[in-house]
Amino acid sequence: MKFETVIGLEVHVEMATKSKIFCSCSAEFGGEQNDHVCPACCGMPGMLPIVNKKVVDLGMTAGMMLNCHINRTTTFDKKSYYYPDLPAAYQTTQWFAPVAVNGTVEIETANGKKSVRIKQIHMEEDAGKLVHDDWTGTSLVDFNRTSVPLIEIVSQPDLSSAEEVVAYLERLRSLLRFAKVSDCRMEQGSMRCDVNLSVRPEGSDKLGVRTEMKNMNSLSAIVRAIEYETARHIDAIENGTEELVQETRRWDDVKGKSFAMRSKETAGDYRYFPDPNIMPVVIDDAWYDAIKASLPEFPEVKKARYTTELGLGDYDADILTGSRALCDCFEGALAVCGNAKEAANWLISDCMNVLNKKQLTADQLTIDGKALGELIVLVSDGKVGRGNAKKILEAMFEQELSPAKYAEENGFIVSNDTGLIEKTVREAIAADQKAVADFKGGKEKALMALFGKCMKQLKGNCDPQLLRTMLIDEINKA
Amino acid sequence: MKKIMLDQMILTDCCPTNAGSKMLDGYTGLFNATVVEKLKEAGYEIAGKLPVGEFAIDLVGESCFAGADKASAAAKTLENDTVMAHIALDVNGAPRRVAAQNGLVFAKPTYGTVSRFGMIPVACSGECVGVMARNAADCREVLCTIVGKDEKDGTMHTDEVCKNAAAAAAPVKKVAVLKMPTDANDKIEATKAKMAANGIEICEIDAGVIASANAAWNMLMCAELCNNVSRYDGVKYGYRTKNYKNLDELYTNSRTEAFGLTLKTAILYGSDVLSTKNYMAKYDKAMRVRRVIVEAFAGIFADFDAVLLPAVSKMAYTEKDSAFEENAYTAPASVTGLPAVVTNGVQLIGPAFSDGALLALAEALEKEGK
Ligand SMILES: [Zn+2]
Repeated sequence: MKFETVIGLEVHVEMATKSKIFCSCSAEFGGEQNDHVCPACCGMPGMLPIVNKKVVDLGMTAGMMLNCHINRTTTFDKKSYYYPDLPAAYQTTQWFAPVAVNGTVEIETANGKKSVRIKQIHMEEDAGKLVHDDWTGTSLVDFNRTSVPLIEIVSQPDLSSAEEVVAYLERLRSLLRFAKVSDCRMEQGSMRCDVNLSVRPEGSDKLGVRTEMKNMNSLSAIVRAIEYETARHIDAIENGTEELVQETRRWDDVKGKSFAMRSKETAGDYRYFPDPNIMPVVIDDAWYDAIKASLPEFPEVKKARYTTELGLGDYDADILTGSRALCDCFEGALAVCGNAKEAANWLISDCMNVLNKKQLTADQLTIDGKALGELIVLVSDGKVGRGNAKKILEAMFEQELSPAKYAEENGFIVSNDTGLIEKTVREAIAADQKAVADFKGGKEKALMALFGKCMKQLKGNCDPQLLRTMLIDEINKA
Repeated sequence: MKKIMLDQMILTDCCPTNAGSKMLDGYTGLFNATVVEKLKEAGYEIAGKLPVGEFAIDLVGESCFAGADKASAAAKTLENDTVMAHIALDVNGAPRRVAAQNGLVFAKPTYGTVSRFGMIPVACSGECVGVMARNAADCREVLCTIVGKDEKDGTMHTDEVCKNAAAAAAPVKKVAVLKMPTDANDKIEATKAKMAANGIEICEIDAGVIASANAAWNMLMCAELCNNVSRYDGVKYGYRTKNYKNLDELYTNSRTEAFGLTLKTAILYGSDVLSTKNYMAKYDKAMRVRRVIVEAFAGIFADFDAVLLPAVSKMAYTEKDSAFEENAYTAPASVTGLPAVVTNGVQLIGPAFSDGALLALAEALEKEGK
């Protein structure tokens, strides 16, 4: 018998806000344990939640990027359960009227294109982190993550293979990064997912028994888990190796197996009800339109524009549209310098070099596109030499600066003083008669040595073509 | 300096706030409630704290760990005229009952006009911070000090709306008398006579759907209470049992030993109301009933300026009386968020933001009495 796998995903994404969802504590990743906490996110009595507007902005943005309908009145609800990482014994989430519903995400795999339906996107707060100490047999709680804003993206069971799941997650990551909703770093836990999986005979319209694997945070582990779980289900159906039950399972990537979780960890009635301390959030037209207007072009739309309108190659366009930060910088530079190829070159080779040296990713590029454009103009106008321009670029990574002003202050402006160049050239020739003789004798390399010495003497501030011409002229005169 | 007392539901960073429960014995908050800050800023002296029934829902404090005779502590304190007023969290009408049985005035303001930041939370959708005093004028003075928008409470009206609500307003001309059985009917009759003497038109009406306020508020209040007190687990603060071998026992025994009978009843009831099985039939239904009651009051206020009704079933309680039944008189204002003023042993409810008008009426009735 042939089988098909039916998979639905619940993806949790930490939003890129500065502060937490209901208090003003920092939402930064890291920090000393229990550094980013206050009475509110520690669940102390007496504090009241105030919704961070930026969280709703990003929730709407995510909804629009995933072609969802935005609920113009969206509410927050309480979900009750006891766990030491949840200090108030309830999580504030969205149960009755989530911010976005009924969307789609287009994916492409070797089997072709597919549209994955999104059931809903809701906003909620994260829980804390338990730190177990096996040595002393104790558990401690770090509340830095409590109340960090999350969105949960719930798909319909439209995925049918590990390959499609990976394509779906990569597409989500690309769209959410592009819209600056989240940095989606799985290794830091800012993107993680629950995999709901069942298996049924091909062509059947009845769903099989569903199991859920929680908190998966690496693409390769997800692939292995789906393959293992699919095989386990098929084995159980075909060979009766075990009876499948609807349950939550934990994936152990080291052992390469999934294990049933104790029913106590999963069972329970969450007793949802509307949080009376948070008024329904009403999204008026002005707010809706402002978010709509702030949406970025989809990466593939940008790529098409870069190749057809701006004449960039596929390779360059791919690199640039791989990161919103590169696109923003590129478009900023282009607006100033008007030369797409130059702007792309500076970003793809020079900027990427500096990022690599600093061990940063393209998304962490902070230099201002307008300033990069000005730098490109300085070079193309012959006002700054390319070598000095690279030094200015490096300085731009350290601080915000005006390239022209910086060039002037650091003596990087190309000199038009032919008198100074002539004097430098004469001195160089006088000091190295051997090189002159060698060049006259046909050794091209000798000219390069003289050229280098002059350029150094002039601190690089000289049009190389002009220097070369004047050097040859002087040698011929000598 | 004018002295103000606070009840044990209002957090202060200087002294403990126990919510009348063994669970929070010795617990001191990390910050002051907004009302405390406002009073201090205006030059009032916070003179001390008065006990409450457990989590402010207990009728006479029969299950309150600190001993009996709690609820009348406020009344005893106000007998002494060195204290001007007492600030109390009105969750299920306890301070309104105290005022009614002791000849004091209590103003439960319109929901969302006084900040709830710094209150031990019980039933957030209806509880309000109110003022108890010997007379309406003192009550108004203190109420005017504590009203106003607070950025730390997301359920508040604009500052202007809050302040206008508490300020003096047009006099009450027409009052509807809600027919509700009570042993304290003589108070209602006496008030009706005073109103008539003041030229106020009086008309008796049936309670109708408003009689369901009690059932609805008990469900909503217990559901919210159950959720709000879940955080007290004996781990981070408050009472911790000595009798445990693992985490589950620590939670269970701490809660079993620290919570009193009324609170346990409310927790069990609230948990049941919110269960997946009962949510639609109970919690959701109670929310719908709440809306219908709001509409019923709106209908009454189209013709009348205020409603007169009893505040209590009798002038003194015994251990047999139940808070959940006594709610019948106070739940209408709690479930709707409407302002209520207790004076002369009776209760007045007005339209939203008519707090000032109700206090003016109370003041007029006081003069008539003397
Ligand atoms: Zn916080």
